[in-house]
Amino acid sequence: MTKLTIVAHDGVNFDIDAEDGSTVMENAVRNSVPGIEAECGGACACATCHVYVDDAWAEKVGSPQVMEEDMLDFAYDVRPTSRLSCQIKVTPELDGLIVHVPERQA
Amino acid sequence: MASLIETDIVIIGAGPVGLFAVFELGLYDLECHLIDILDRSGGQCTELYPEKPIYDIPAWPKISGQELTEKLLEQIKPFSPGFHFNRMVTGLEKLDDGRFEVTTDEGEKFRAKVVVVAAGGGSFQPKRPPIPGIEAFEGKGVFYSVRRMEDFRDQDVLIVGGGDSALDWTLNLQPVAASVTLVHRRAEFRAADDSVNKMLALREAGAVRFEIGQITALRGEDGALQGATLKGPEGERDIPCSRMLPFFGLTMKLGPIADWGLNLHENLIAVDTEKFETSEPGIFAIGDINWYPGKLKLILSGFHEAALMAQAARKIVNPDKRVVFQYTTSSTSLQKKLGVK
Repeated sequence: MTKLTIVAHDGVNFDIDAEDGSTVMENAVRNSVPGIEAECGGACACATCHVYVDDAWAEKVGSPQVMEEDMLDFAYDVRPTSRLSCQIKVTPELDGLIVHVPERQA
Repeated sequence: MASLIETDIVIIGAGPVGLFAVFELGLYDLECHLIDILDRSGGQCTELYPEKPIYDIPAWPKISGQELTEKLLEQIKPFSPGFHFNRMVTGLEKLDDGRFEVTTDEGEKFRAKVVVVAAGGGSFQPKRPPIPGIEAFEGKGVFYSVRRMEDFRDQDVLIVGGGDSALDWTLNLQPVAASVTLVHRRAEFRAADDSVNKMLALREAGAVRFEIGQITALRGEDGALQGATLKGPEGERDIPCSRMLPFFGLTMKLGPIADWGLNLHENLIAVDTEKFETSEPGIFAIGDINWYPGKLKLILSGFHEAALMAQAARKIVNPDKRVVFQYTTSSTSLQKKLGVK
């Protein structure tokens, strides 16, 4: 299990014990984090699970692949640490990861 | 002159489930016409995830959305269904003779004894970018497609996006518009290289502008657009414009289906699990668009629903015909229809 914190847009923290290999999106949906819609169910085919990776974690999480970067074109208020949470896999190296939910999804 | 097509069955939606319905209905000699808002068949499989492998199609350990669609088209080829793309079904009415009349936004009419709604998540429609207050400008200053180039003549046009639509319209409107500014959040595009190179050449020549950034606000009065706020690497600034074309992909909406008087369950069409018939006899709903207790939105569930629907539909179209259920493996008459005997 890996510790994951998802900060909702209203500031509420969701501290989650995430299974390694699961995606941040799946954990957000399972824990009913508001603001993560995941319309396409994790196929990297929409941009409704957009999150900002906390600055302290940005480098460790890494940057998006081409397909994800393309999809981010459809997201709202994209920033340098923007990622689609369905494309971030939980691993032991990410223990303590913090991501922030944006104001709205596209 | 609007056309009228008379057929046995109209299928709304040419996704995998609509396509397979043609097969099941075809075994009973029922002629089908499919209508879809997209420009080709496959629905979500080809529009959202053509390259993505699907792992839960029986007997296909792994198949892509594109391949699945191609296989289905091959499977239904013997039944030569009519395809009508780039159209949205807007109206559905019951006629005095018991048939249904289906109308599209292109003005065609279809008459059939049975209508099968296989519309998946609804019709694909342009996504509205989440810019506050954008609704007020829609249809006057903000458009999601170019229906008439003339609406853009001598206008200051702002095009937002980085795909083929954004690039194509930048190139097409440049000779007509007073000015064209393309805004995209990064310097890489999802469009054909040729279009990107043409746009860059025009920019070099000073004929179009290209800005990196995102649009965060619009300004104007009574729907008349006057400018947009661009949030770029160097902060925010105003771009004067009278027309905006945002290309932010497609989303699915139930659309006019909601107005047909069918019983709905949370935006899905309620059906029985014997025939997958809606609250209106003769109208069926199969695939992701329907709901019944225990419903699973799986392609395979849609295939099953199509098979059972076909049994009920054939009795409506040919009430007096005695039909014995047969298997494609052993029935020579079915094999003849499939063109394998």
